[in-house]
Amino acid sequence: MSKSNSRITRRRFVAGAGAIGLGAAAGVIGAPRILSAAGKITVLNWQGYGTDEAWAVEAFKKATGVEVVHDYFNSEPEMITKLRTNPGAYDVVLTNSAWNGIASGEGLIQAVDTAQISHFDDLNPSLRDSALLSKDGKVYGVSWVWGMTAIAYNTEKVKPAPESVEVLWDPKFAKRVSVRDDAIEAVSYGAIATGQDMNHPKDLDKVKAKLLGLKPQIATLWSSEDEWNKLFQSGTFDVSVYWSGSAARSKTNFKLPVGYMVPKEGGIGWFDGLAVAANAPNIEGAHKFINYMVDPTFYVEWATTVGAPASANTKANEQLPADDVGRQIHSDQAAIKRLQFMAPLSDDERQTYSDLWTEVKTEFAK
Amino acid sequence: MAVADQRNRGTILALTGPAYLWLTVTIFLPLSAMLYCSFLDKSPLVPQPASLTLKHYAAFIERPVYQQLMLWSLELGAVVTICCLIIGYPAALALAKVIKGRWREAMFLMVVLPFWSNALVRTFSWTMVLRPGGLADQAIHVVAPDAPALNLLYSYPAVVVGLVHSYLPYMILTCYISLQAIDDSVIEAARSLGARSGALFRRVVFPMSLPGVLAGSALIFVPAVGSFMEPRILGGAKGATLGMAVEEQFTVTANWPFGAALSFLMLGAVLLICLALYPAARKRMEGL
Repeated sequence: MSKSNSRITRRRFVAGAGAIGLGAAAGVIGAPRILSAAGKITVLNWQGYGTDEAWAVEAFKKATGVEVVHDYFNSEPEMITKLRTNPGAYDVVLTNSAWNGIASGEGLIQAVDTAQISHFDDLNPSLRDSALLSKDGKVYGVSWVWGMTAIAYNTEKVKPAPESVEVLWDPKFAKRVSVRDDAIEAVSYGAIATGQDMNHPKDLDKVKAKLLGLKPQIATLWSSEDEWNKLFQSGTFDVSVYWSGSAARSKTNFKLPVGYMVPKEGGIGWFDGLAVAANAPNIEGAHKFINYMVDPTFYVEWATTVGAPASANTKANEQLPADDVGRQIHSDQAAIKRLQFMAPLSDDERQTYSDLWTEVKTEFAK
Repeated sequence: MAVADQRNRGTILALTGPAYLWLTVTIFLPLSAMLYCSFLDKSPLVPQPASLTLKHYAAFIERPVYQQLMLWSLELGAVVTICCLIIGYPAALALAKVIKGRWREAMFLMVVLPFWSNALVRTFSWTMVLRPGGLADQAIHVVAPDAPALNLLYSYPAVVVGLVHSYLPYMILTCYISLQAIDDSVIEAARSLGARSGALFRRVVFPMSLPGVLAGSALIFVPAVGSFMEPRILGGAKGATLGMAVEEQFTVTANWPFGAALSFLMLGAVLLICLALYPAARKRMEGL
């Protein structure tokens, strides 16, 4: 799900990536003399997703002497593939709630020594202690950020403010609805709307029938935050399934009339954990970096200058300005209680959902 | 005699060798690997050993949705090819036989100009033209202020427009080369034998340009059938092709074998169509 967030910042990653490229090059040249004591670490993450912010890499190097180098993935299956095929190449890797268990199950990541994470006690217990980031009582991922995938709407056109997921099926909004072209997200909302477990719905026929009911509603499908903003601005749709951090940015940065709500039937929640790769060459540096990533000073800077999902560190969230839209969206406790969190799916489940979504889209196109 | 033959063979080898080596390394080997991959029961990057299976091909037969998508893709390929022929052939004819000198160069530049821009950029710029309130909409309202709002974006015609724009140069260039090779004296001879314009075109010019038409059609049909980017961006919910399903298998579900199987089924369908059309095309060209 953090795919969402990588796309968020994609429009500005070019600058960041360039800076990091330069930094990495300079590091290689200067490495033997300056950095021999603390070494370097390699981070595997989405491009432009927090860890590779140029100012952050610089601040971390200043504080610890550890050089940070990045490698990127474009999908979670690719992340797993990179871990499998390059053992010993990575130190820190981003795994979300749906993939951490898969990575630890395959022995691709190692248990985190939480004693080395000084901010660990400040992390939100429901994320920090989640079974989705641990195995055999050991922590395999330090919860870093979290977000929601719920419903955004045009506050000028959709009145009164909707509360139910049924707004997507409301004939009033025929041809005014959009969902992301993503099989897992679509099946999850089909399951939520039919009152089933979001991750493993038992009655997939019901889910499919419900999704087919969207046919008269759909204006178009969207696939990136940038595209979403353009479509929303040009008035292509009024209601859409959308990411919480992105909704905050659309409202703050682009001044769009975006309302955001988690339906009373439930919504999708996801959270990302930073993990240490199984054969990490620099375990100590990896822990230091993870600790810096959950530090409020890093998070506040990231959230206010770039825009970020909610931090897992409760103290970090509290330091955001009170009128921060992201803070408002992410602090509605009643809404958070309604979330179902993304859990690991088997290959067969992913294939089944993909086939189902392909069938539904084919009906849409008829 | 034998020495000359040998020298010839050496020359042929030296001239064609690099091209065939290149094709072997860049097309034949990866394609063979993918064909093998389509028979594996799990992705090649999974650490567990894979075994051979036909289940991905069976899945295509069991799931009518993929057959439907293949039919749509083939139909889209045919529509795009025909549109390119209708628009491109007259342009090629004019370039080869009517326009001369510097004007021809300028016209050629305009034909190949789209090739200089990135395909993705081209496709996105179409969204600005086709959306409601976009350039096409505004242009129509200048002429007819009372016309209803034009919304072509996220429709089948939008996909066809985008693909025709992308592939039209292939048709113009291949047809131009064939048409330009027709000696003007042949046309004069036909005229002096009493052929009117219609007959001249039907019985002399068009048959002689057929190789170019066929080459252009093949160059357009094959990639248009496999297209996935234009249908997604311009077609929205109305764009659905097998190419998009293949892409999903590689990027989302990480089911490479199934994606490979779908690709090879598509390749097979395209080859069958070419084989079916080949005898007819050959017959028409034999008389030349």
